[in-house]
Amino acid sequence: MVGFQKWRRSESAQGLFLISPTLCFALLLLAVPLVMVAALSFWTQDYLTLDRTFTTANYVTAWTEPMYQYLMARSLKISIFVTVATVFLAYPVAYFISFHVAPKRKAMWIFLITIPFWTSYLMRIFLWKVILGYNGVVNGSLMGLGVIEQPLSFILYNQNAVVLTLAHAWVPFAILPIFVALERVDRSLIEAAEDLGDSRLRRFLRVTLPLSMPGVIAATIIVFIPTIGDYVTPRLVGGPNGLMISNMIELQFKKANNAPLGAALAISAMGIVTFFALVFLWMNRKYVRGPS
Amino acid sequence: MRGKIGFFRWFIGFFLLFLYAPAMLLPIFAFNASSIVSFPLTGFTTEWFLVLFTNETLHLAARNSLLIAITTAIFSTLLAVLAARASTRFSFFGRRSIMGFVMLPMVLPEIIIGVSLLVVIIQMGFELSLWSITMGHILICTPFCIAILSSAFMNLDKSLEEASFDLGQTRWNTFWLVIFPLVMPGIVASLLIAFTISLDEFIIAFFLAGTEPTLPVYIWGQLRFPAKLPSLMALGTVLLLVSIGLLLIADYFRRRGIRKTGIENTGGFL
Repeated sequence: MVGFQKWRRSESAQGLFLISPTLCFALLLLAVPLVMVAALSFWTQDYLTLDRTFTTANYVTAWTEPMYQYLMARSLKISIFVTVATVFLAYPVAYFISFHVAPKRKAMWIFLITIPFWTSYLMRIFLWKVILGYNGVVNGSLMGLGVIEQPLSFILYNQNAVVLTLAHAWVPFAILPIFVALERVDRSLIEAAEDLGDSRLRRFLRVTLPLSMPGVIAATIIVFIPTIGDYVTPRLVGGPNGLMISNMIELQFKKANNAPLGAALAISAMGIVTFFALVFLWMNRKYVRGPS
Repeated sequence: MRGKIGFFRWFIGFFLLFLYAPAMLLPIFAFNASSIVSFPLTGFTTEWFLVLFTNETLHLAARNSLLIAITTAIFSTLLAVLAARASTRFSFFGRRSIMGFVMLPMVLPEIIIGVSLLVVIIQMGFELSLWSITMGHILICTPFCIAILSSAFMNLDKSLEEASFDLGQTRWNTFWLVIFPLVMPGIVASLLIAFTISLDEFIIAFFLAGTEPTLPVYIWGQLRFPAKLPSLMALGTVLLLVSIGLLLIADYFRRRGIRKTGIENTGGFL
């Protein structure tokens, strides 16, 4: 009893007590639902009722049916493209803000970059449709300039459009962690490399880039995992060949009324992206030596 | 050196154009007289804004969204204050894993959150309602609020608190008289961020919406009708202005908070 009284006043107990409401909320609304989705994926939908006998049939379907395999592979491909495009786009911008913008103006630049993110999500995607469409802004201006005679049709309703729109949506999320990592790079190390005769490129490759890798890794994870779950972008700008696994998950849960299969697909998709993310982290630890 | 800067100028210029392209088109089409959303522009009109005033369904959806966003802002900020205070002030068993778990919704695809909440609500036999959407929104907004509030709490000088104890104040009084005023700007920023995220959230709302739509769910329904598009552009413009206004206010409070704790302003949001 005395021990408990003592523990109750300790830092550990106070911390746990303070965080308990938030933790309970997250357990109830995140952990419990995720466990239930996992359970559901092993059941069967029997028209209106659920058959709760354990079966792996949903996973067999999800992993062997060519349509699902194909959708999964395409979603993964699109997510990887989006991540690569976003990080390559974000790095120079973050570098510019960190190294070429006056310290007083940095906050303003970061604000400038986050503003478009607050335009209505649906509107943003829809407006890309207007920009890329047959009579859209890009085609209109290119025809007006006389660069092309016929409107380009390969820029909307395909996977390129999905990659472009998603990259646009996620680029602020990639800039922020890279910027934070670049800000932490000790400038005197770069000067030291300069004094030791390294060229600008070598300085960047040997000092700045390795030291900013934690930011690049964070950006990659932040973009890669959620991208696989977007179903609005593929629906609006993807056309029939740009649909992704999330559209199938949504279909199974809503119109197709096969929630267990939808759950199996959702868990498989999550498993695959988590696996890829872990492989990426592992490769980074092995081959790119960041700051220890 | 010049060549390098020149390259950067061009790159940043194109980047900003790419980044702002959709946001710039929104007001252009909102004031365009043609009922087709495409170039060339045909003339100036405010008709599409006037349409918004008489649309009953829109007003209902807007009211639902406001209700959800306000509730979400309050509850996620409350939960985030507790988590941010606990994680910055105390070291306790499993702190890192608990915080990692609480922050998880930030990287989890929204469709997973939507699907899992849908499964629970249906399995438990509850009805889909505005409450189910609110719960989902609190879940995804809390990590953002924690990110903002953690920096507010981290900047606190522990000796101020100790001084208050030494002067005979209770724990409760110390919180209200010393800590709360110092983190107040962070709390305001957190409320506004959560409000803005919730107001615009579509994926979870679409999964969990019962018969009552939120604003984004309403917009999604209207996107199918070409005749409705110009007024949607007007609506989007209004929403954009509201969001930017709220963010400017949030940023003002964030800066004030940083000034109060006497630390140099180095970054933006998040």
